[in-house]
Amino acid sequence: MRARKLAVEGPASAKASTRLTGTNASLAATNAFFRKKTLVLLALVIGFFVINGVSGAFVDFDFVSAVVDIPAGIAWMAAEFMPTVDSLSKLESILPALGSTILASVASSCIAAVFAFVLAVLGSRTTGIGGPTSIIVRAIASIFRNIPVVAWALVLLFSFKQSEFTGFLALFLTSFGYLTRCFLETIDEMSTGPIEALRAAGATYFQIVVQCVMPMCVTSIISWVLYMIETNIRDATLVGILTGTGIGFVFDVYYKSFRYDVAGLTLVTIVLVVIACETLSNYIRRRIM
Amino acid sequence: MADENILLDIRGLTKCYKGDAKALDDVSLNVRRGEFVTIIGASGAGKSTLLRCINRLIEPTSGSVVFDGREMTQLGKRDLRLARQRISMIFQHYNLVYRMTAIENVLHGRLGYKSTLAGALGLYSEDEKALAFKVLDQVGLADFAYKRTDQLSGGQKQRVGIARALVQEPLLMLCDEPIASLDPKSSRTVMERLRWVADELGIACLVNLHQVDFALEFSDRIVGLAKGRKVFEGTPDEVNEEVIHTVYGDVDIEGLPGDRMVPTIVQADVAGGAAGTSSTGVA
Ligand SMILES: Nc1ncnc2c1ncn2[C@@H]1O[C@H](COP(=O)(O)OP(=O)(O)O)[C@@H](O)[C@H]1O
Ligand SMILES: [Mg+2]
Repeated sequence: MRARKLAVEGPASAKASTRLTGTNASLAATNAFFRKKTLVLLALVIGFFVINGVSGAFVDFDFVSAVVDIPAGIAWMAAEFMPTVDSLSKLESILPALGSTILASVASSCIAAVFAFVLAVLGSRTTGIGGPTSIIVRAIASIFRNIPVVAWALVLLFSFKQSEFTGFLALFLTSFGYLTRCFLETIDEMSTGPIEALRAAGATYFQIVVQCVMPMCVTSIISWVLYMIETNIRDATLVGILTGTGIGFVFDVYYKSFRYDVAGLTLVTIVLVVIACETLSNYIRRRIM
Repeated sequence: MADENILLDIRGLTKCYKGDAKALDDVSLNVRRGEFVTIIGASGAGKSTLLRCINRLIEPTSGSVVFDGREMTQLGKRDLRLARQRISMIFQHYNLVYRMTAIENVLHGRLGYKSTLAGALGLYSEDEKALAFKVLDQVGLADFAYKRTDQLSGGQKQRVGIARALVQEPLLMLCDEPIASLDPKSSRTVMERLRWVADELGIACLVNLHQVDFALEFSDRIVGLAKGRKVFEGTPDEVNEEVIHTVYGDVDIEGLPGDRMVPTIVQADVAGGAAGTSSTGVA
């Protein structure tokens, strides 16, 4: 849609600019410019469909059958996973697990935030301690962030077995990498003026961090931590399946024992918690901004 | 006698930024106690670099800076911190921590005096708090102590900046274009406050200014910088069109149209006379 509009616009504006300049040479140049733009757009659109076709064929994605099959699949799923009155009786086993999952998410986010902040301050361009620290910090953040939480959980299972701690640690490590990266950017973008002012007044490094850097980026730090908690509650479900803890474990047990209705109820509670968490953090964000 | 009165003595100060031409080239300059000295110069002349070499926010390449009898360029980390206690600084963009209240920002001026932990936790003594309220009152912001600084006007922000500088009980105030972001009316208020600081509190002020008319009106002495070199030094009444030309070059500078030159100079004669008396008063 947008592509066609641009292509139509091309010659029209070319004409307009001719009227302005009036010389043949510039007309040719303008026309060539817009023709080139149109061709590039066309090539992009064709390229997009070709890639779609090829990769779709590769994963057996056929548009027609997708339109036919997917609604049926959804209908079947809804019927199977629809919680019944009977499944409500299992709530007492779901809720404690949900509680422990929420706690693990909050704890991993908050503890990761502390470590991430220290590292980000040391590695930032504005407050950094110089030398190779900045590069090292960025590398650490990148490694921890780019290993998926599930991979962390599987690796950690070797050392820490199936336990609450394994799940917590997996969430902690990815949160740590992610938050370090976010805090680094927050601190880098902070204005350096107040830091300079405190340095001129004879403040020490630690004083500057606590009295100046922290107040200046506290709102975005809180905002990122809230976001991390939301993400972790979602991820905790998956991690829990692997580590045999929390809400993920509950879901797994009911799923494998063919109690799809209870598994469905578990999913509903997770979604509700995530929505509640999002609402709460949006509210907090609005208040502190 | 002259020696005792000299608070700041800069000799042959040179600064080369990595790979660039000299931002400061062999600048010598001194400031007496309680004196109000203005540095004028085009943008990029090296004014900010000069001020920051004094308190070593920027490390000078060579030359000496003697402040209150101490050679600044030789100081170690700990001694530098002690020396910075008595040199305060105010900035074009105020450089306040906007999430904090005026009084908290003012108290930041005391951090240089405090132990790392007490300063970080904001544990100020009763005396320090009383002093902070006193200086806020002196800049006319007593009613705004608990207001967050992002809610203040530009002029008020700069006055919080001055209060933060005063709470250091400094001997010297370095002012880097203190009025460049302000409207004429707030500019005047701020300049009057600075002049008052020099006259009443005996704190020497070294002020970078863009506006020549303000420099002529308020200074005891004016120093002209061009391309990192000192090209003029004298009292405001010694500033004439030729001097302006040497300092700013051929380019027409903003805020100094030719037709405004004459009344500015006339006005300067009056101010220069007054400034002359005050500087003899100090000496
Ligand atoms: N951090 C820096 N790195 C490299 N060059 C700089 C730096 N700061 C200033 N300069 C250069 O030094 C010269 C003087 O700058 P500055 O002291 O800011 O001048 P002014 O304050 O008079 O406008 C300018 O040419 C500027 O480009
Ligand atoms: Mg400057």
